Amino acid sequence: MEPILDIRGLTKTYSGGLKALDAVDLEVRRGEIFALLGPNGAGKTTLIGAVCGMVRPTSGSIRAFGLDLKSDWREIRQRIGLVPQELGFDIFDTVDRQIRYSRGLFGRASDDGRITEILRSLQLLDKRHDQIRKLSGGMKRRVLIAKALSHDPDLLFLDEPTAGVDVELRRDMWRLIDQLRDQGVTIILTTHYIEEAEEMADRVGIIDKGRILLVDDKDAIMARLGRTEARFVLERPQQSIPEALQSYHVSLHDEGKVLVYRGGDGMGKGKAEIAAIARILIEHGIIFSALDQKESSLEDIFVELMEEQAAG
Amino acid sequence: MINLRGTWAIYKQEVSRAWRAIFGTIVSPVLTTSLYFVVFGSAIGGQMQAVGGVNYGAFIVPGLLMLTLLSESTSNASFGIYMPRFTGSIYELLSAPVGVAETLIGFVGAAATKSLILAAIILATATIFVDYSIAHPILAVCYIMLVAASFSLLGFILGIWAEGFEKLQMIPMLVLMPLTFLGGTFYSIDMLDEPWRSVALFNPIVYLVNGLRWTFYGSSDVNILVSAGSTVAFLVICIGVIAVIFKTGWRLRS
Ligand SMILES: Nc1ncnc2c1ncn2[C@@H]1O[C@H](COP(=O)(O)OP(=O)(O)O)[C@@H](O)[C@H]1O
Ligand SMILES: [Mg+2]
Repeated sequence: MEPILDIRGLTKTYSGGLKALDAVDLEVRRGEIFALLGPNGAGKTTLIGAVCGMVRPTSGSIRAFGLDLKSDWREIRQRIGLVPQELGFDIFDTVDRQIRYSRGLFGRASDDGRITEILRSLQLLDKRHDQIRKLSGGMKRRVLIAKALSHDPDLLFLDEPTAGVDVELRRDMWRLIDQLRDQGVTIILTTHYIEEAEEMADRVGIIDKGRILLVDDKDAIMARLGRTEARFVLERPQQSIPEALQSYHVSLHDEGKVLVYRGGDGMGKGKAEIAAIARILIEHGIIFSALDQKESSLEDIFVELMEEQAAG
Repeated sequence: MINLRGTWAIYKQEVSRAWRAIFGTIVSPVLTTSLYFVVFGSAIGGQMQAVGGVNYGAFIVPGLLMLTLLSESTSNASFGIYMPRFTGSIYELLSAPVGVAETLIGFVGAAATKSLILAAIILATATIFVDYSIAHPILAVCYIMLVAASFSLLGFILGIWAEGFEKLQMIPMLVLMPLTFLGGTFYSIDMLDEPWRSVALFNPIVYLVNGLRWTFYGSSDVNILVSAGSTVAFLVICIGVIAVIFKTGWRLRS
């Protein structure tokens, strides 16, 4: 099936000379939730900007819905919705009017029923006649989402949707994303949290310094990303790894005083294995006095991926 | 195909924004203009000779109207496009299926509409203070629309160019205002001695004021066709500049 979004060789060099996107190739499938995962400054917002029209690409091509963005930008934009990273609207206007304005701007006939539905789904119904400036930060963000949904887009961009939002909004947001997926909307979201990509996405693309390092199904990515590490500090140094632990990724360090485990798939396997190892150690009468456990950070993983790429 | 609903949405939004700021859009310019009528029309005007057969109070009506028209059209349109840039809401315009045509008709149309309403109110207010008549009412309306559209376009360019509120006010305050005062709002340039009369002919506002004055009283210091022609030329140049701005994304897209 033809991808809903097809980006080829997309490069963006800002006027200052900074290369924010470097020959990005990316295909997003119809109906999926795609997470673009990368640290701050990776180029995520720039990538969205290039598709949505805030950024002028330096080179490369962007196709959406099988159309070329250069020539068919009107048709394409009509079907795209965007929730930006930063709040930005006419704060003296009312919620209701702003949403109607957005729908009109995207060329859709006004539809009271639909507007009411959108307002309800974002718990904005009782605020519809309020001035936006009187709303809390979380409510303002809901207005931004409502605006992006006002014209029923087929492709929705969410730029850091949960950065700095409260728990309630986060929960509503995830429910909304589920609902939209059921309606067949394709969603592209950006995040710098692994957990968020893990929880929401079908597929994940990892971006750093303007380059896409890896694109794969979430499970495959998580298996690669999830690196659980545990250090068992042993009472008595061991000469060799006990037979029963041979099947685990363990090694001895510090003259046999520390047993180190590295493994897992980022989805709980690592923690389960650590528990199993602890049990086996106790069963074998090997006493440990301390246990240190950590998950590698996104930073560690990026460094690792970059090194892997450099090594070919 | 032009996105008509999008155009209408922008237009409606801009007009409603002005409605919200009714004081700045209507009340304050009407008040200012009324003060001019009181001072120059009624108080001082009584002591002044008729100019070219037109009573002084009546003589200054087109000039005062032009003064308001120029400054209000320019500032309305410049604020209209500057505000979304300032608040960040411009992302929505940039990502919407609207191009230069929709944006211009929406923003400039709304700014021009406000100017026209304002002009009507000012002309109605003027009848309280001075007696005047309009020789060519239809041409007057056409000319007012032409000027309102042209200077709304200029304002739109300023609103894209400006990177702060001071710059936004700079051109209207430092260029338009003095040129309008010196452009024969309160006098006929025939009253000036040489070389000032010749110097005045380099002031473009002279042609605007006299163009409008001609539609009121059928007489003018300069050739009326030059007035109309240069206003149209100015309008076309502004549209050209805006088309280039949109094509290159200057100050709009990074
Ligand atoms: N308008 C701009 N002009 C110059 N540099 C920019 C601009 N916008 C972003 N950048 C730079 O481009 C890089 C990528 O930024 P961005 O796309 O916002 O990253 P992300 O969204 O992944 O945090 C950063 O180094 C940022 O400083
Ligand atoms: Mg960003």
